[in-house]
This record gives sequence, C-alpha cells and structure tokens, in this order.
Amino acid sequence: MAVEIPEDMELVYSYPESLTKVRTHYCPGCTHGVVHRLIAEVLDELGVRERTIGIAPVGCSVLAYYYFNMDFAEAAHGRAPAMATGIKRVSPDKVVFTYQGDGDLAAIGTAEIIHAANRGELFTTIFVNNAIYGMTGGQMAPTTLPGQVTTSSPTGRNVQTAGWPIRMAELLAELPGVAYVTRQSVLDVPAIRKAKKAIKLAFQTQLAGLGFSMVEILSTCNTNWHMTPVEALEWAKEHMVDYFPLGDTKMTDAVRALKEGK
Amino acid sequence: MAKELWEGNAAIAEAAIRAGLEAFFGYPITPQTEVLEHFSKRLPELGRVFLQAESEVASINMVYGAACAGARVMTSSSSPGVSLMQEGFSYIACSEVPAVVTNIMRGGPGLGNVQPAQGDYFQAVKSAGHGDFHMIVLAPSNVQEAIDLMVLAFDLAEKYRTIVMFVADGSIGQMMEPAEMPPMRPVRPPEERAEWALTGAQGRKPNIITSLYLGAENMERVNIRLQAKLREIEKNEVRWKEYSTEDADLLLVAFGTVGRVCQTVVREAREQGLKVGLLRPITLWPFPGQRIAALAEQVKGILTVEMNAGQMVEDVRLAVEGRCPVRFYGRMGGPIPLPDEILPELEKLNAEVGGEEE
Repeated sequence: MAVEIPEDMELVYSYPESLTKVRTHYCPGCTHGVVHRLIAEVLDELGVRERTIGIAPVGCSVLAYYYFNMDFAEAAHGRAPAMATGIKRVSPDKVVFTYQGDGDLAAIGTAEIIHAANRGELFTTIFVNNAIYGMTGGQMAPTTLPGQVTTSSPTGRNVQTAGWPIRMAELLAELPGVAYVTRQSVLDVPAIRKAKKAIKLAFQTQLAGLGFSMVEILSTCNTNWHMTPVEALEWAKEHMVDYFPLGDTKMTDAVRALKEGK
Repeated sequence: MAKELWEGNAAIAEAAIRAGLEAFFGYPITPQTEVLEHFSKRLPELGRVFLQAESEVASINMVYGAACAGARVMTSSSSPGVSLMQEGFSYIACSEVPAVVTNIMRGGPGLGNVQPAQGDYFQAVKSAGHGDFHMIVLAPSNVQEAIDLMVLAFDLAEKYRTIVMFVADGSIGQMMEPAEMPPMRPVRPPEERAEWALTGAQGRKPNIITSLYLGAENMERVNIRLQAKLREIEKNEVRWKEYSTEDADLLLVAFGTVGRVCQTVVREAREQGLKVGLLRPITLWPFPGQRIAALAEQVKGILTVEMNAGQMVEDVRLAVEGRCPVRFYGRMGGPIPLPDEILPELEKLNAEVGGEEE
C-alpha cells in the first residue's frame, strides 16, 4: 500500500495490511471488528504478517480467516490451542495466535487452553469474552454472569445449578508456563488503546520466546443481549467489569523488562 | 540392512522415524504405549518433535495443526483413545491434510480390556467420524509387514492428502520378531513444505485450511471432490495377499493376526484333503471386494474369520452378492481363534456345500 505523502502532510490513517478489504458478517455494534483491527495493527507494526499463522475458533468469529490477510486454519470447537501447539512446534520461527470466544476457550476447550498454557507454548491467545454464545443464538456461556438471562438460562443463571462464571485470566495466571496474561476491554476508546498495547506486548512476549501469552478482552453482544450497541457497552461496564476485573493477572519479570524496554 | 529382533510397537515407531516423521503427538494407552515410549527417546535425540498431550482429543488436533503446517506427522493410540480422536479424523479428512494414525486395537466395547481384538473394524472402515469420508486403512499381519506399511502409510497420506489409519491388534504390537528396517530417509526441510501448507504468506496470497463450507451447494461441491478422490484411491490402492487360492474349493478371508493364523489353517486343511485357500486383505479400505467376488465364482463357500462378532464378513457378503455361501467364525474380547477351532468350521462349510475330502 505505497502512498505518496506530500512533504507538508503526515499520514494519520491507513488500512492495516494485516486485514483483507472485505465486509464482515458481524452484527452492527459487534466488537469483534475492533479486536480484529487491533490485532492487525499490532502485526503490521511488528512487521510479522508474512510469517504469522492464525487459528480461528468455532463461534461468531469462525470466519475470521476471511478478514485477516495471512495464513489461517479453522479449528474444531475448543481445539485451537492444540492446533496452535502442533503448528508452532513444527514451525518455531512463525508467529502463531489463536482467536477464541468464551464458549470455545472456557467450556469445550478448557483442557486444551490450560495444558497449552501450562506447557508454556510459544503462541498468543486472544480471548474474546462477551458472556454468551453468540453464533448459536444467545445461550448461557461459562462466563455468563449470575442472574443473566439467556435462551438456556431463561430465568437467569442460577449458580446453584449452573455453577459460577469462570475467570480464565486468573485461572491461567497460576500456571508456571504462563508469561503474560491480562484482561482488557474494548468498551470505550481509552480501553481500546490499552487493549492494543496489551496485544502488542503479548505478541512481543511470543517473539522473545518468554512463554505463553493471553489477552482476555471483555466484549459485547448487543444482538443476543437484546440491547442497542451503546446500551450493551454501558451494561458491560456496569456488570461485567465488576466480576471480571481489568488488568494484568500475570506478568513475569522478563515480560516486565520487555515492556519497559530494558 | 540385516534383520534384527524388533517388538511390534517399537518397530512401528522406528519405521515412522525412518520414513521421515517430523513430529509425534500422543497419549499413553495400553497396548500401544511402547510406540509413544520409543518416540519419546528417539525423536528428541534426532532433533524432531515429541509431545505427550493431555488427551487423545488434544493429540489429534496437534496432529491436525502440524499437518496444516505441512509437516510429516502422526499419532498413535488404542481403541478407546481412537474413539476420542474421531472428531479430528473428520476435520482432517475434510481439510485434506495428510496424517497417519495407528490403532493397536484392544478388547471392547467400553474400557474393555488390553487383549488383542479386531472390534474396531467398523469404526476404521465405515464410521471413522461424522460426515461422508473414508480413511485408507492398512492392516499388517506380522512385524515386517507393520514396518513396510508404516512407510507406505506416509506416502499414501501425502499422495492423496488424506488420513491413513494403520490397524494392528495388541498381539502384533507386543510380539517380537526378526525384521528388517528401511534406511533412514532425510527429513524434509521446512522450506520444501507443500505449497498449500500454512507457512506464512510471504510473497503469496494467504493459505486458508478449513472444513467449513456454508451453503448447501458449496458443501456438496467439496463432497463431490472428496468422493472423486476416494474413487481414485479405490482404483489404485487395493492391496491383499493370497495363499493357495489357485485350486481352492473353499476360501478363508481373514486380516491381521487371524490372517496369519489362517495360513496355518490352509496348510493343515490341505493335509486333511480340503482344498482351502486364503485371501488376506491388507487394505481394509479400500476393500479387495472385486477379487473376492472373482474368487466366489471359483470356490464353493467362504469362511470369514475375525476377532470380533462379524464385521468384515459384511463386506465379504456385499462383494460376493450371493454367489456362494459366506459363513463366519469369530472370537471377541481377546481370544485369538486357533487352527483347531477354525478347521471344524471349514469342515462344516465343506459339508454344507456338498464337498468331499480327498
């Protein structure tokens, strides 16, 4: 994308090379597009697009491989961390990441993410948590909040029978193989800027070979929450952030040194 | 290379290494654990990838990933573990990436036991996973053949970009026999991986490997392509061995360990004056049905012997289409049918078809 910039002007916007120029299938108001864009900007800035391999999940972002301009595989539900392990182990010079939702990562794929993290696999996971199963039409997710109404918890999630929402960022932080885990959000502009920094640090952690890295991103699903996009952002700020506090849950000294440019 | 004494499971692993295996992902389960153990020692010392996964579900998806990246890769398991892998088989078949899986079959159903059995014939041949597909299924009957078929398995997997299953029972996996290893093939360097593989889109359009095809016509187009490939495999890759079939009046059909036992049965039956031959399928899929149909024109009756309740016999009957009687003898859950059990069954069949002993 070579653009001639006149001497008296400055380039302030361009379309990331790591994204394809197609219209996505995401609902109006969905935050997947924002997260895609952040990842693409980071991969561009790191100059690694041509050696990056992504793994798409089962869920709303199942077609992510059409939107990222790089090699991509489509995993079975929950198995992206196992696929990423296979790819990275035979291609250690590549940059590998999984893009997963809450049902994919925190329910059906719990074993795969915990063991990949525990082995300190050198790939990065972007975990989009919107507290619901989007693609199948709004069922209860492992991260659905207590009392939250979904099509499979019509009277609200009852923690006595359905258990509690799982805090994956805290859970994985316990594992020695994990170098960097953080929970961010894309609920407003300052949060989006912070989320981008976290995504960049996660990929830098991988490039430096420091261990497993994951960025959990609190997100919305206005369609299945039955809200307008703006209401959904407000609802998430009011309710999700309380249960899923933002911030780093694990940062090894080596990652901190990397962050501080030491 | 000279013959050495090899245990079946170790021989399977070493043959895969000689065939240029780059990575193994697996989970311990009896009676195949020696496969995993052999790899755990040999692959790291050769600078190749060995990983003990958290489950068979993870193993097969690691295989799927490494296969997408264009590496020569395999996993190994035994019956209950293979059941857990079936989701992955279906994805691999639809995505058209090459992968090899061994099933050292044990007694079932359920947790069953760790005795040799052939109860997974249906699973391997007819119901490997959801959707329309077949795996190429190779069945050795001794350690040397296991070695040779392991090498073939990788060549077939890559030639057709498909999944190849290698089925043996625990007795082949755990017996020791003199056998000859092939020479070590060099491992393919990463820069020579296939053009469809996920290697990073450097100076080319991105490669996408998926098994998702939304829309009825899209999915049908993929199915038509997959079926055409399977017909091609059926045309080119049917393998079997025959013993004393030239003048046979009665035909035994058996694979794997029982296929070997039946070689003894042929000899003993002929000593008794029964003209018995044996056809031993080596590829269970594609099945040597055409050859069996041709032999059904010659013989008076067929006895299929298996270590299950009668699974391959269905394919024999489909091939024979009533040309002659097809009978079955089998043991389930561990016992291996022996010549002195099989011979009376042959005599019964001989009486049924009005044959005489010479």
